[in-house]
Amino acid sequence: MVNYIWAGLAIIGIIYAMFNGTMEEVNQALFSSAQEAVTLVIGLVSVLIFWLGLMRIAEKAGILSMLATLFKPFITRLFPEIPKDHPAMGYILSNFIANLFGLGNAATPMGIKAMEEMKKISNSNHASRSMITFLVINTSSLTLIPTTIIAIRIQYDSAAPTEIVGTTIIATFITTIFAIFVDRMFHLRRERNKKK
Amino acid sequence: MSLISTISVWIIPIIVMSILLTAVVKKLPSYELFVEGGKEGISMAVSLLPYLLGMIVSITIFRSSGAMDALIDGFQPILRLIGIPSEIVPLSFTRPLSGTAALAITADLIKVYGPDSFIGRLASTMQGSTDTTFYIITVYFGAVGIKKMGDALKVGLIADFVGIITSIIIVSMVFSN
Repeated sequence: MVNYIWAGLAIIGIIYAMFNGTMEEVNQALFSSAQEAVTLVIGLVSVLIFWLGLMRIAEKAGILSMLATLFKPFITRLFPEIPKDHPAMGYILSNFIANLFGLGNAATPMGIKAMEEMKKISNSNHASRSMITFLVINTSSLTLIPTTIIAIRIQYDSAAPTEIVGTTIIATFITTIFAIFVDRMFHLRRERNKKK
Repeated sequence: MSLISTISVWIIPIIVMSILLTAVVKKLPSYELFVEGGKEGISMAVSLLPYLLGMIVSITIFRSSGAMDALIDGFQPILRLIGIPSEIVPLSFTRPLSGTAALAITADLIKVYGPDSFIGRLASTMQGSTDTTFYIITVYFGAVGIKKMGDALKVGLIADFVGIITSIIIVSMVFSN
């Protein structure tokens, strides 16, 4: 699906440009956006090195497994495929916790480690059930304090920059619950199809 | 406000300190472990680059050709019918595709309509209540070499749509006066 969307966006864009005289903009965008991606990744390198370094210490110090024990009852229900004491649990939790605190940059490396551990469990290049659940929770966002938005609101002289924290938390909560629910539905559908 | 900004400033240093403190207490070679883990960051970033570059280029072509604006214009009458304000249509299409682009649109909406307007509050809530589905899926699946993504993208996009609707309902309810 991603292949079609990816190719489709570019193809439609270029065809549209043919008929609307925006070819010059497209031509420019081709090169400037590639450059932009490289800059973005260079920006990520520093964060990745720092947080992965730190997380290695946390892992060896037993902090991740400690957190995992703390939240185990909740998380095992979401990820029934993952054995209770597996390191994947610790990474999943660190990813969720980092997301909750708005540490998007810290969440990504831990999320990738979680995916690596889950891949060790499934040992295939197909997405496993736990991977899908994990990503769905991530894409539905887990935000407690939307710091960037608050900063922008302050910048534009809001009378109450933080008044949207409440609505954001409620919206996030409902969306995440719904996402978990839809994920379960899709899982059940897959199981049914397998049996047939 | 001061409490929240204090928390957001303190949280990262506190996490760093707790991790290092635990390492020292447990007599672990903290610096060596840091370097060892950090090395992984380099290879990770390098392997991420093609995934990100490909997606960003494709989205930018779509946007800069004007096709995205045309798509938005086409959808506007339908969206208005189900109560989605047309001002936030570009944001709702961009949010799953690109976090930075969506943030730019949100900032623009806040600037144009004012942070305390309905649109300003809605854009703020929407930005926080869903995440960049395409980015997350490409990065996470890409990093571990998953070829078959299953239902992840479908479920993610459904969740995004629900996030937009939920934001509209909640912002209308909370700030109706």
